Amino acid sequence: MPTKTYCWAIIDAMREEMARDDRVFLIGEDVAVAGGAFGASRGLLDAFGPMRVRDTPISEEIIVGLGVGAAMAGRRPIVEIMFIDFLGLCLDQIANQAAKTHYIYDGMFKMPLVIRMSSAVEMGIGPHHSQAWEAIVAHIPGLKVVMPSTPRDAKGLLKSAIRDDNPVIFIEHIAMHRIKEEIEDDEDFLIPIGKADVKRQGTDVTVVASGLMVARALAAAERLAVDGISVEVIDPRTISPLDFDTITASVSKTSRCLVVSSSHKNFGFGSEVAAEIGERAFFDLDQPVRRLSPPFTPAPFGRQFDQFLNPDTDAIVAAVRDLMA
Amino acid sequence: MTQDPITLYRSMLLIRECEAQLNDLFAKNVFPGYIHSYLGQEACAVGVCSGLNDTDYVVSNHRGRGHYLAKGMALKPMMAEMLGKATGICGGRGGEMHAADPALGILGGNGIVGAGMPIGAGAALAAQMDGLGAVSVVFFGEGASNNGAFGETLNVAAAWKLPLIMVCENNLYAEMTPFVQTVGQPDVAARATGYGVASEIVDGNDVLAVRAAAGRAVDRARAGDGPTLLELKTYRWGGHFEGDPRKYRTRNEEAEWKARCPVARFRRHLLAEVGVEEDRLVTLEAAVAAEVAEAVTFALDSPLPAPETALLKVFA
Repeated sequence: MPTKTYCWAIIDAMREEMARDDRVFLIGEDVAVAGGAFGASRGLLDAFGPMRVRDTPISEEIIVGLGVGAAMAGRRPIVEIMFIDFLGLCLDQIANQAAKTHYIYDGMFKMPLVIRMSSAVEMGIGPHHSQAWEAIVAHIPGLKVVMPSTPRDAKGLLKSAIRDDNPVIFIEHIAMHRIKEEIEDDEDFLIPIGKADVKRQGTDVTVVASGLMVARALAAAERLAVDGISVEVIDPRTISPLDFDTITASVSKTSRCLVVSSSHKNFGFGSEVAAEIGERAFFDLDQPVRRLSPPFTPAPFGRQFDQFLNPDTDAIVAAVRDLMA
Repeated sequence: MTQDPITLYRSMLLIRECEAQLNDLFAKNVFPGYIHSYLGQEACAVGVCSGLNDTDYVVSNHRGRGHYLAKGMALKPMMAEMLGKATGICGGRGGEMHAADPALGILGGNGIVGAGMPIGAGAALAAQMDGLGAVSVVFFGEGASNNGAFGETLNVAAAWKLPLIMVCENNLYAEMTPFVQTVGQPDVAARATGYGVASEIVDGNDVLAVRAAAGRAVDRARAGDGPTLLELKTYRWGGHFEGDPRKYRTRNEEAEWKARCPVARFRRHLLAEVGVEEDRLVTLEAAVAAEVAEAVTFALDSPLPAPETALLKVFA
């Protein structure tokens, strides 16, 4: 199997799907000539030409709106919003238009729209380029929200998103762009949306980790194993709809759960997981569900702040030990 | 697509009668929400849509019935949709601000002022990619021209030469504020030049003038020469919604504009210039009134959708 970076996995997914279906096209800021602000659409302009790969003005509302209208007219657009921090500029088209079109019009229109958004969590770029906003979009019915943490998941989930008849927010972590993984060399290799992945099996504690936190949770599990603590690591991969069946089954087995996220606790991902476990598996728990998240502040400029604010491997190890105490 | 003046008149009458009937029903409180009346603007929708094909796209807004009917939406399911009935074209879940018919290229209304403009540009992009000569028309009010989506849409449409016709129905009032109080330049069309977009200002109460201008815009779009902004100067007879006390304008002003009624004006034209017999128009008017009355009865007699259907169709 070929080894690919997270970034090339994204490019490969789009190239394969654009070759497979000529209704698929890509628009966004700097996606064509520049090959993507982060290089995640390199080669696509040459492969598919300027009709299907287009640079847009810096106009986020119409970038998404072009996708909504083109999808209603039978296309399968991929639109790129450079940073998820720019969500506010296009939220109406996402929340009121893309998410509701199939619903309002009684299923007369499908909305096969992929909105790729980069997350630059922990890259020190400052308060407008560092936010984990997956919970904001996950709150809106009609959207699917996908957030892969490995190259293989990124490729399989992006291909599934492009083939899905519903709007999918696809969150890419640029801090992970260079990590590598072997990926099946199969043009129909897909990872289903809405299915969590047990990244490591264990029996003592369930750690639900998303995005950047998955690798840290796995590193923490490795360290804790030395002390005889067996950690099961679950990566939901899809934030909405969240695979509570897999999470609940694991928690019922381990009786302890820690949720680790780059997004805030407040009204957030960890809160949702904890509440659902409380409703489904309260009597299987030995301890309250714990959440590890950045404090409820913006992120200032500079990596020292990111390192201070975000959960690291040490923090995960300490939280698991607390749960085992 | 029709050249026939009687058909144009019939289409305007249909809208006029629907709006009158819906106002009456709304006053009787038989359905929730609002009525955003299209009375007075009939020549705009009919003038533009009469030059379109079924394969052309129309994106409407909160004041959408004129556009739906002029583009050919079936009357009964449209009327039932306005009342939120299960027999409505969207099963009653869209209601007064949302109806659509993909087979006729009607891509919906909207509850968000200005949101249809990017969507219309998206349909124009799809049409450009398809290469079959279809065009996309967005109807919006002058109030929406002050939304950021307006500038984003004109700019992209010009840059990419999209087959897009931006139809601004300037009815002088942005919801409940006179448009002139909110702008330094009361002609919306004047902004087109700055974006490199062709534009025309048209008497929106003259269906033939609207039709001619829309025809030029459609020809330009089909030829690959890009977008046009049409500003149709017209007047909203009612308030922003029915029940709006209209404190922002005088009853005299309303009377002056009603004297410029687009339907009566075209009727006079048919009699005096086209030589249509008045009997024929009287018969047509009675037939349209009966057709609308039948649609109203159909809508009133139809059931509401079952509440549990709210759980369906969140996803395809």
